[in-house]
Amino acid sequence: MSETQQSQLLCDAAATDAFGRERLRDAFQKMVGIRRFEERAAREYASGKISGFCHLYIGQEAVATGSLAALEAKDHVITAYRDHAHALLRGCTPRDTMAELFGKVTGNARGRGGSMHMFAAEQGFHGGHGIVGAHIPLATGFGWASRYEKRGDVTLCFFGDGALNQGAFYESLNLASLWNLPVIYIVENNRYAMGTGLERASAVVDLYKKAEGFGMPGVAVDGMDVAKMWEVTSEAVERARNDMRPTFIEARCYRYRGHSMSDPQKYRTKEEVEDYKQVDPILLAERTLHERGWATEEETEAWDEAAREAAADAADFADSSPQPRLADVGEYVYQTPFTWHPAEGTTPHKRD
Amino acid sequence: MATMSFREALNAALDEEMARDPKVFLMGEEVGQYQGAYKVSQGLLEKYGEDRVVDTPITELSFAGVGVGAAMLGLRPVIEMMTFNFAILALDQIINNAAKMRLMSGGQYTVPIVFRGPNGPAHMLGAQHSQATENWFCNVPGLKVVAPSTPNDGKGLLKAAIRDDDPVIFLEAELMYNMKGEVSDAADYVLPLGKCHVKREGTDVTIISFSKGIHHALGAAEELAKVGVSAEVVDLRTLRPLDMEGIARSVKKTNRVVTVEEGWPYGGIGAEIAYRIQHDLFDYLDAPVTRVTGLDVPMPYAENLEELVLPTPRDVILAVNSVLYRS
Repeated sequence: MSETQQSQLLCDAAATDAFGRERLRDAFQKMVGIRRFEERAAREYASGKISGFCHLYIGQEAVATGSLAALEAKDHVITAYRDHAHALLRGCTPRDTMAELFGKVTGNARGRGGSMHMFAAEQGFHGGHGIVGAHIPLATGFGWASRYEKRGDVTLCFFGDGALNQGAFYESLNLASLWNLPVIYIVENNRYAMGTGLERASAVVDLYKKAEGFGMPGVAVDGMDVAKMWEVTSEAVERARNDMRPTFIEARCYRYRGHSMSDPQKYRTKEEVEDYKQVDPILLAERTLHERGWATEEETEAWDEAAREAAADAADFADSSPQPRLADVGEYVYQTPFTWHPAEGTTPHKRD
Repeated sequence: MATMSFREALNAALDEEMARDPKVFLMGEEVGQYQGAYKVSQGLLEKYGEDRVVDTPITELSFAGVGVGAAMLGLRPVIEMMTFNFAILALDQIINNAAKMRLMSGGQYTVPIVFRGPNGPAHMLGAQHSQATENWFCNVPGLKVVAPSTPNDGKGLLKAAIRDDDPVIFLEAELMYNMKGEVSDAADYVLPLGKCHVKREGTDVTIISFSKGIHHALGAAEELAKVGVSAEVVDLRTLRPLDMEGIARSVKKTNRVVTVEEGWPYGGIGAEIAYRIQHDLFDYLDAPVTRVTGLDVPMPYAENLEELVLPTPRDVILAVNSVLYRS
């Protein structure tokens, strides 16, 4: 292996210098925590404990982990339906996230959301959204609220490359630039919108270039490198917080698993997937920690083991938690319901 | 009381609520510098400034979503749709985001937003600019739908909608903006949502309607009175949630019901009310519930065809005659 190839299996040196020992150690633990959590979720899905759609983030962990490390507690995060990582990084626990996957009342959305709709509103994690691109206007609204009330907070808005062909993306970035909103839009370009490769869906495949059309900075970054993700996002966060200007970041990443649990993945080769595993974000972080002497192999192994235990504990908790009460089916529909009842006007035998 | 047009009454409601609560802002196309496509926001930009009276590009999907996002963080947006015909572009934001956020998050959000603007058939605007959209919104749990019929109701209900913590669709009949009426200038005049209102008392038949349809109903009732038929006119005011208690009070009195709406018949407001009345109040009925609606076609432009499509007081009278078995 040449020196160049060797260096490519580490996080970017300058970004790592800036990121520093403590943050990289923390990021590694978070990423391995997310990975083991989702591997466990996949097992629970296979055994029938989890149902519906379940989109795994495996391979993309550095994008959310690095960029969220650039935030303060008062900031906001919103993403699409591949949201387990963002949830775990921002206020949701392995237990309440797994319980949500199981459809239990102890879930972070009390069993009303599921895999695609995780929330921790008080910690600034605003979902968890299932319609491609449709949460990008919400993020823009967070930016609007921030400007309106001079809150000084910023919003990170994540979405996949598939969302870039939706009108919501174009309309929102135009407004954010026009109105000077502190929002950072991050496309997680994992190269596939479900089974449609990027080059089959977008006339321009260098996605960051689209920023120019909105008069905002656009930057492409190696989304497999957690330190680099932090560095690029930090610059954007500073621009948002200090100058009230939005940024568009293209994080180039890869998912190893299918779009969802039911994806036969005939649109790509096994070799392609194996190639990307050579630059796995967790592997890069681990090698960088070891190479710099910032963590020992014993430490990283212990963190990995702790992550597996946390995932197992989460699954046990979810399994033993109760489902929502049937009597509560009408909860959380209205804040002030007046005369409304969920069974009114419906099948008579289901009425009270 | 002061005499005001419907648009002035709505303007007064916006003005009072913006003065009362700094979290209330108005956003939409031409609401600021242009003073509102229908002049409902006249003078508000000068009074409250560009941060609170916000002109948007023509981008309904995204400014509807901006409003929902702002509401999720505690602001109280009033999003003006230049007409509800254009709100169709924003239906995803209204249905999938505004209406569902509370449930999807297990109650972590309230979404105190109002989407308001002109709704319903107007005069010779053609199929895309002339349609009633209320039954689409009424289908969605999580939304409240309000459709006032007078300037006074408009003011009191819009103030209530802005103060409500749930997403409210506030439908203003396009052809009513110039309608004048007595409007309360009481310091804190607010009408309750979710309650219907008897606009005219009667004993022989109940005519249930809302928005501009109320005026067809009142016109019909006036004519019917001349021939000795006493019609009660019930204004729903709020279409969702539906005030079945209020409806039941009137039906138990008259035992005969006609519903009136300008929209299409299939799955319309009248269909819903008729189902509920036949199920809940079957024993009180002396005749099948009959409805008056627009005809089941996209709105044609030609004046004579448009007249044919839209309900009139005469249609209401004929329906009343049928439930009274009069000829």
